[in-house]
Amino acid sequence: MMAQLLYFGRLMDTLGTGEETIALPATIRDTAALRRWLDEGRGLDGALLEKTVRLAVNSEIVNDPHPVSDSDEIAFMPPVGGG
Amino acid sequence: MLRVSDEPFEAGTELAAFEAEAAGAGAVVTFTGLVRDHATAGEVRSLTLQAYSPMTERGIEKAMTEAEARWPLMAIKVIHRTGEMAPGEAIVFVATASAHRRAAFEAADFLMDYLKTEAVFWKKEATPEGEHWIEPRSQDYEDRARWAKA
Repeated sequence: MMAQLLYFGRLMDTLGTGEETIALPATIRDTAALRRWLDEGRGLDGALLEKTVRLAVNSEIVNDPHPVSDSDEIAFMPPVGGG
Repeated sequence: MLRVSDEPFEAGTELAAFEAEAAGAGAVVTFTGLVRDHATAGEVRSLTLQAYSPMTERGIEKAMTEAEARWPLMAIKVIHRTGEMAPGEAIVFVATASAHRRAAFEAADFLMDYLKTEAVFWKKEATPEGEHWIEPRSQDYEDRARWAKA
């Protein structure tokens, strides 16, 4: 099983992609750890740690730290707004 | 009724269909949002909207249900574009129908404030200087806060 990561809005540009499939290391068990691990690993200088960036696990917005596993779809969502 | 789609729509056609659906209502209010041709960064070449289905639809449906609970509405319709749009194209259409005008005005205003600040969309504007992502302005959040229940 692999986790599906989605990056929306400006994070698409920051990460250079809108989605990727990734095997989470055994040590990454929650959203807070996932943010830190990805941010450090990709050298993003805190872009994924911003409080305004919310995470959704399987299409539900969650608060850190929320459990994550390799069967989840995890979305990184900068501030939303349409109209 | 809700439609989130990358297909262009024509507000006049949607209004005529809505009036037929809302037959018997004394008041119909509609709002159409169009892509601006100018922004602070200059001339706008295109606007691209990204959604996250089905979260986007679920959120808007919840706001529509809340509007129906707060105002005595006879019909309600929201259309929202995704994908790339040119200046002048319609992005959003909100229609509400009620027995009297006040409920229809307020419910449409409430829905637009939801759509501007909480609907799950991301917007990218292309100008001659390049592309940039747009996030809600503080005024949008203040407008939305007017509807918070005491």
